[in-house]
Amino acid sequence: MPTFGSFALLLALALSAYNLLAGGVALRQLATGRSGRVAPERLAETARRAGIGTFIATTAAAFALVWCAFTNNFSVAYILHHSNRALPGPYKFAALWSGQEGSLLLWAWLLAAYGFVLRVRHKVDVKLTAYASTILAGIQIFFLLLLNFAAMPFSLVSGPVPADGFGLNPLLQYPEMVIHPPMLYLGYVGFAVPFAFALGALMMRYPGEKWIHITRRWTMVTWLFLTCGIFLGMHWAYSVLGWGGYWGWDPVENASLMPWLTGTAFLHSVMMQEKRGMMKSWNVWLIFSTFMLAIFGTLLTRSGLVSSVHAFAQSPIGNWFWVFLVIVFAVCLFTYILQRDHLKAENKIESLVSRESSFLFNNLVLLAACFTVLWGTLFPILSEYVVGNKVTVSAPFYDRVAVPIGLFLLFLTAIGPLLAWRSSSFRSIRKNFVVPVIAAVVAGIVVIACGVHPWEIFTTTHQGSFYAFFAYCLGALVVTAVGSEFLRGARVISRNTGKNLLASVIQLTRRNTRRYGGYIVHFGVVVIIIGFSGQAFNQTQEQEMALHQSIHIGPYKVECEGYSQDTNPNYDTEYALLNVYRDGQLVTKMAPERRFYNASQQPLTVVSNHSTPAWDLYVIYAGKNPDTGQPIIRVFLNPLVMWIWIGVAIIVFGTGLALVPNLSAALAASRVRAPVQAEELTAHGGD
Amino acid sequence: MALAVGMVAALGLGVTDDSARFNDLGNKLMCTCGCGQVLLQCNHLGCPGLARESAELKADLAKGMSNNAILIAFQNEYGPTVLAAPMLTRFNMIAWIMPPLLLALGILGTVLLVRRWRQRAATMPAVKQTPEIRALREQVRRETEL
Repeated sequence: MPTFGSFALLLALALSAYNLLAGGVALRQLATGRSGRVAPERLAETARRAGIGTFIATTAAAFALVWCAFTNNFSVAYILHHSNRALPGPYKFAALWSGQEGSLLLWAWLLAAYGFVLRVRHKVDVKLTAYASTILAGIQIFFLLLLNFAAMPFSLVSGPVPADGFGLNPLLQYPEMVIHPPMLYLGYVGFAVPFAFALGALMMRYPGEKWIHITRRWTMVTWLFLTCGIFLGMHWAYSVLGWGGYWGWDPVENASLMPWLTGTAFLHSVMMQEKRGMMKSWNVWLIFSTFMLAIFGTLLTRSGLVSSVHAFAQSPIGNWFWVFLVIVFAVCLFTYILQRDHLKAENKIESLVSRESSFLFNNLVLLAACFTVLWGTLFPILSEYVVGNKVTVSAPFYDRVAVPIGLFLLFLTAIGPLLAWRSSSFRSIRKNFVVPVIAAVVAGIVVIACGVHPWEIFTTTHQGSFYAFFAYCLGALVVTAVGSEFLRGARVISRNTGKNLLASVIQLTRRNTRRYGGYIVHFGVVVIIIGFSGQAFNQTQEQEMALHQSIHIGPYKVECEGYSQDTNPNYDTEYALLNVYRDGQLVTKMAPERRFYNASQQPLTVVSNHSTPAWDLYVIYAGKNPDTGQPIIRVFLNPLVMWIWIGVAIIVFGTGLALVPNLSAALAASRVRAPVQAEELTAHGGD
Repeated sequence: MALAVGMVAALGLGVTDDSARFNDLGNKLMCTCGCGQVLLQCNHLGCPGLARESAELKADLAKGMSNNAILIAFQNEYGPTVLAAPMLTRFNMIAWIMPPLLLALGILGTVLLVRRWRQRAATMPAVKQTPEIRALREQVRRETEL
């Protein structure tokens, strides 16, 4: 099977190379009007089929690696280092992306899969798809070169084959790790598609904005995957790492955030291009940057350029990525310089107080956030280079710099929907903003009355209350603004059709799913930020616990009922049994544990979490006192964390809704008329 | 609902003062065990870095040292990487200034650009206000209320 896998990878490389060369020649011939021995259309078709063949060959290689994992083929070095006999089935599957070579194979396979879908649906626009397909083939070649010559997943073990493997990193032996990396990679890789379309459209001077319409769903789906990937990673960190938090501003976390921020900016600014023919150059560079940041993120993860707790897969392949990034940037810049006259805006912004301006500022703030993350990630390297001292840039830096930028973005989220295209009059601003501003002020007063004192930032070093206060006020502003948008539109429908308000809201949403789906996404963002703001009020306690001893935290009493240990073929475990009381009533039983995996000889904390809408009671088994044999228990009370995951679900729903095609105006009208006609028929005795 | 729960949670918890400085400083220092985590977030069993630094931090607080003096003392002992964020000194100042500076410049540049576009834009001739136009505008206003 390793030979089969290696052959499949070589075949995929050959097919990709043919796709690029034949596709490039055919497109050149079509552009210049010259023809060789084979007609360019036929040549382009063979290139397309070679692209489809690449997917089949890459799938075969991925299948071969998974097969090796399931059959415990430890003659393959990758399987030896990332699996073992006792590893449960789903984690054997996850071994595919737990190491360097496997995760690169996953990249290549997902890229081939996206390319497959694109090539099968080529009739959407044959010529533009041919350009995009050829560009994707170029990207595919890079990853297949890596897999064939630098990070070979089917390398064989030298010498005798061990009887068992070294096992999977215990941190990865968690259900979410089976889906988090593929989701993240679907996001990273997916941005290659709009990138290829944008570059292809620029190369061929594609008229109009159709390429944006074609790639809109691609971009949204990709963005959704990346969003889910990031939040699944957060949930995994929260549930597995056992430090009580979900986001540590680690360079690898930052690497996933950067393309997300530019991708979000792109999703907003393309609307300007679609509606007003503006920001064409900006959009092209946004999607170029997003793709390059996705590659840069992979470079950060792989090269060891910055120190990270995610040291799962570091190797010297960083140079390959640098070369690839330089080539991509050079191609983008060269194409842009050649074709920039094609990107001339059809309109210009006419007023600072307009929807266009709010999109522009939204983009600026998102890019500023992206720059902050990039700057913080790379500053240690810069500092070492300039002054010879490496510094650490971690959470305190981002709390002070990135959080205010995030709050400013939240403010823009509130005012954007309330502004009109082209220009907003003072009267309409006053009319639209009165209720949201009142809601924000009321929320501020209530929050202060509840004990959140923003002025503490001036008297103490505690900044959390200040940021939380503004998060609540701006959250109220956004929710009211979004709500009023729904309500205004629904009232008009209700008045014109006689439907009740709820039915009108549904019809309104179905008429413009993208707009109202987007508002629901904004609502989800607010809910997530409310969840984040709870971090300002986290509490923690640690204690060695004898039998029936207890820890008091917030409203809870955590009492030790017992502690013990257990063993199975995969790991040994120590755990504590805890009873949790609130107001004297037993609320739940918790069993935090600490595992020691035999194959990898590594420990793992298994968190026990009692989650409610108000707070999470998060308990970890921190260790055992060797003198007394008693467990050391660390308890965290983390407010509002559940709302983060609820907010993500709302975002998924909103994005899903935005992907649904609009109910056409004609169909909507016929549905309105239908009941009326039915009533008329009934009134006239019709059967 | 999230907002309401947030307020209630904030009311229920408040902010404790007893170990506030320890928590604050502990979150501004890195663990030196090589885990790359903030000191109070280090989750290693029996971590020598966490135990040693926590003890030192408690001792410094007991001596009545100011926050800045404690951070400088740690920096002198372990090197600048022990601080979770660079201090506002010389070159490190750039780390803090650059993001807000760029954002401010971006906003300023955008405002100036839009003003320039607006000044350059040709004035649109006013639409003649006939009764039909007025009626149509009124109908649009009534039907959309936007």
